[in-house]
Amino acid sequence: MKNLSEAWVYLSASPLLHLTLTLVAYQIGLALYRQSKLNPLLNPVLISVILIVSVLVATGTSYATYFDGAKFVHFLLGPATVALAIPLYRQFELVRRSAVAIVCSVVAGSLTSMLSAVGVASLLGGSRASMISLAPKSVTTPVAMGISEQLGGLPSLTAALVILTGILGAMIGTFILNALGIKSWAARGLAMGTASHGLGTARALQVNELAGAFSGLAMGLNALATALLLPLLWKLLFPN
Amino acid sequence: MLSYLTIIFGCQLLGELLVAAVGLPIPGPVCGMMILFSGLLIRGSIPDDLATVGASLLDNLSLLFIPAGVGVMLHASLLQRDWLPISISLIVSTGLTIAVTALLMSWLSPSPAETQSPAGGKLEKPK
Repeated sequence: MKNLSEAWVYLSASPLLHLTLTLVAYQIGLALYRQSKLNPLLNPVLISVILIVSVLVATGTSYATYFDGAKFVHFLLGPATVALAIPLYRQFELVRRSAVAIVCSVVAGSLTSMLSAVGVASLLGGSRASMISLAPKSVTTPVAMGISEQLGGLPSLTAALVILTGILGAMIGTFILNALGIKSWAARGLAMGTASHGLGTARALQVNELAGAFSGLAMGLNALATALLLPLLWKLLFPN
Repeated sequence: MLSYLTIIFGCQLLGELLVAAVGLPIPGPVCGMMILFSGLLIRGSIPDDLATVGASLLDNLSLLFIPAGVGVMLHASLLQRDWLPISISLIVSTGLTIAVTALLMSWLSPSPAETQSPAGGKLEKPK
């Protein structure tokens, strides 16, 4: 037993343990998701996160210790974003033909996202810091945190809201799009990427490559649109 | 294979540098995506090995969000402070954004039949 507890001390100090935990939790989440024939409510990220947080809380492990192992997975997010150029290139003809429609739709979605997030929060009595932190929630984390900080929000609250928005959009998107009778994969993908950045794109890619390509494009465009429009919009809404 | 992984890393690096140097309001990897995309446009085709490397990164895109997702646990107390306005705002705003973007796009750009979801009203099936 002494050897075993020594082994545990050794392992929990090495990044291998939490890297493996991340991969195991993901495969459990993915297995459930596939079993359900990709039911969006069984989002694999949500399942994995719940499993991992439970393990961390139960073993009294800090996020910093966990991230020491998980950072190897986190690091690949950048290269994967670059690789989205590949599905985008395959759909280039369609993208080129509908370029104006794409830009208009993403800008409209971007404005809807910012205005409705701030509007609903303010109607329900949210604090000013919460409203600022909510406004950039639909864009990818580094951009959202930068804008939130620039306008006086809480960047770490924004980081959490961005992830929650991503998971939420991946879960409810399919139902909204079906209810509205949206059949075009381009429109479906564009909506997922605009509202739910990379997590929406991950869901879109699992369902259809064309939707994934448009979602990746929308993610990039919305990052740009939000970064340019939100500071202006904020001055207009709250001039003091 | 390794050379194409290096190209992908190189595009990201170039993207990060460009963003930092010019002060572009987009993340480095998104800029890297545009650089790789331009490269593909110039070349006119996707090398097979690049497609393989890209697919192995993108097939498990969900996995790559898990470490950041677990990070939400750090901010549980911040989220609790204003939880009601925050959660209702998240749900309403995310739903509205999806609806507005999709409706406008399908209205502005009626898409050809081969690019349509056959599900139409039902839950989508995997490819």
